[in-house]
Amino acid sequence: MGEKVLMKGNEAIGEAAIRSGCRHFFGYPITPQTELSAYMAKKMPKIGGTFLQAESEIAAINMVFGASGAGVRAMTSSSSPGISLKSEGISYIAAGDLPAVIVNIMRGGPGLGGIQPAQSDYFQATKGGGHGDYHLIVLAPNGVQELANLTADAFNISDEYRIPVMLLGDGTIGQMMEPVDFDEIPKPVYAHKPWAVNGTKNKRAANCVKTLYLTPSELEDRVIERYEKYEIVKDKLQRWEEHDTEDADIIVSSYGITSRVVETAVKQLRSEGFKVGIIRPITLWPFPEKAYKAVHPKAFLSVEMSMGQMVEDIKLACECSAPVYFTGRTGGIIPTPDEVIAKIKEIAGEVKING
Amino acid sequence: MAKVIFEKPKALGDKPFHYCAGCSHGVVHRLVCEVLDELDLTGDAVCVEPVGCSVTADEYFNFDVIQAAHGRAPAVATGIKRALPENIVFTYQGDGDLAAIGTAETVHSAARGENITVIFINNTIYGMTGGQMAPTSLPGQVTQTSPYGRDPKVQGYPIRVCEMLSSLDGPSFIARCSVDSVAHIRDAKKAIKKAFEYQKAGKGLSFVEILSICPTNWGMSPKEAIKRLQDEMISYYPLGIYKDEEVKDNE
Amino acid sequence: MNNCEMILAGFGGQGILFAGKILAHAAMLKNKQLSWLPSYGPEMRGGTANCHVIISDEPVGSPIITEPDVLVAMNAPSLDKFEGAMAPGGIIFADSSLIQKKAERNDIKAIYIAATEIADSMGNKSLANMVMLGAVIKETGLFTLDEIEETITRSVPAKKAALVEPNINAVKAGFGL
Repeated sequence: MGEKVLMKGNEAIGEAAIRSGCRHFFGYPITPQTELSAYMAKKMPKIGGTFLQAESEIAAINMVFGASGAGVRAMTSSSSPGISLKSEGISYIAAGDLPAVIVNIMRGGPGLGGIQPAQSDYFQATKGGGHGDYHLIVLAPNGVQELANLTADAFNISDEYRIPVMLLGDGTIGQMMEPVDFDEIPKPVYAHKPWAVNGTKNKRAANCVKTLYLTPSELEDRVIERYEKYEIVKDKLQRWEEHDTEDADIIVSSYGITSRVVETAVKQLRSEGFKVGIIRPITLWPFPEKAYKAVHPKAFLSVEMSMGQMVEDIKLACECSAPVYFTGRTGGIIPTPDEVIAKIKEIAGEVKING
Repeated sequence: MAKVIFEKPKALGDKPFHYCAGCSHGVVHRLVCEVLDELDLTGDAVCVEPVGCSVTADEYFNFDVIQAAHGRAPAVATGIKRALPENIVFTYQGDGDLAAIGTAETVHSAARGENITVIFINNTIYGMTGGQMAPTSLPGQVTQTSPYGRDPKVQGYPIRVCEMLSSLDGPSFIARCSVDSVAHIRDAKKAIKKAFEYQKAGKGLSFVEILSICPTNWGMSPKEAIKRLQDEMISYYPLGIYKDEEVKDNE
Repeated sequence: MNNCEMILAGFGGQGILFAGKILAHAAMLKNKQLSWLPSYGPEMRGGTANCHVIISDEPVGSPIITEPDVLVAMNAPSLDKFEGAMAPGGIIFADSSLIQKKAERNDIKAIYIAATEIADSMGNKSLANMVMLGAVIKETGLFTLDEIEETITRSVPAKKAALVEPNINAVKAGFGL
């Protein structure tokens, strides 16, 4: 165990990325993730890395596309409205089968929305965002240490599968400070990249990072191939945290900072005798279906800082084996433990469970 | 055995071009490949393709290529060059790509003096989509989306990109050339060569605009198209070197 | 008091976030569980800034405090905003140099410290946050004076080393009241 340091989530992402071999960061200022850019601006020149503030979110993601195509570990970060702008580039990165790590420290939306924490980009992150048949791998940390760990994982996973990975946090996760031990983060595992466009040196055939296929059958083949890879990812990469589910009448699901609120609420309810358990998805895509297929509560509850975007994934994962309820806040408001407790008690009444 | 006195550059593959009869892309592709071979840079080259007729140029090139989104080539090239400063990175873009949807990327990569080369094909029209008005379409020019002729009062004025970028400190070399005649083609090759040499020397962004023809979408024969380029385009887009860091250094 | 949920609030520029950071850092050095969560956005410029600091022996659940045990209020709007949310039996520390009114609830304890005046008399008004911090650790027993001294020494960046001593002196002034 190394020495713990007190760090903001946004800065911890930067430090973990650097320790994971990322030397190319392309950013654009937007609240509430700007500390990450500032951290990289400070650190990268000292270690021979590149920090570049791009002219736009669009340019930044395309710089990542270029750097990743050239074979290096590259990263960009933004917050909700900026991720909409990056979605074009993300689609191209997916099309080029390039690794990349994209950070979204979410704020309220739609539109310019607000600047306070939200989780209303769940659909955008897990269902697409950009155009075309593709997926991102989406990781949702709920504290600063896990944020650092998953940043390191993101680079390794992205390299291994050649799939862009999104780290999905919210303003709270980005802004809060907690102790973090960087000796705990996974070590970089570098992939061989024979596909990179780094010059033939007149020794090999030319490489092409293709995003265009004018022959439909060729494009279809490429997409199907990619979806076969997604099936492997679905099988191997589902991650979640689970506790108190064995005897649970109600299983509460939430991710990111909301899961911390839920922990507080569930602890309180357990002390009052309610049989409440927790499944916390850590990978939002692939969604941890395995966790939901193995449990048999009388009801599920999804708690989110959105209008309930994760509810349908829970319904699909549990195959509607029990009703799926929702509570949450949106627009930049974080639900309180009391609100969650009240909702769980209400559900307990409806499905006739006693505390 | 006969002596070889003329051959295709090694940087250029064997696949026949798909371009229309008279199209300038074939000429410019060849010039770029000749220069890369002559400078012994083919093995270091990475080309960023645009969206436009040359979007499948990778099929003709014997060097690495990446296909960028529409307008984003200079940003993609920036990412590559920052990762691989020793390689030769260039974009090959049309007027719609470079001067409309990608204006921000063009201007800012130039302002940063990003050490890349930009080859800019200006044929005053969107070719791939079938002949729509481009940011460089001339006043009065009839296109699918300016069927009554480009009216500056309605559609605004064409952009003279070399002149615009010349006001920036970042670029090391900016030239406008043409491929309408043998003499101009030779000048164009010289400019392209200088552009790559400047990149090799780390001088910062080098930019070569090449006035080109699109007979198909102009609705002309190749011969008529060449005449239009000579009579109408060159007067609006004067040929010449707009910026040369070396010349400035010597002053 | 070993553990606590504390909100520190005041105007932007009063060093509210820094005072919270010192407490969080001190907790880390004691191997406690903790979280530090700042308010962010335009309200930091001239409006009220605040941070939530949780110190615990258990892993911290929600880092957002809904019922603070301790409130450090360094302006009147902060007292107005958070007094109502205080846990019964909680303690309010108010900078009486800047807050004329008194706390209204009688199920909480209120301690008034003329922190800004004290800091001013020591030559630097902007150390009022540290005066408050001194008063907080004395009253709550969360940390010893030594622990805070060590934390300040370790958390002030090298190029600002000259600020270590004045900060520590301000904490001592608050502690000695």
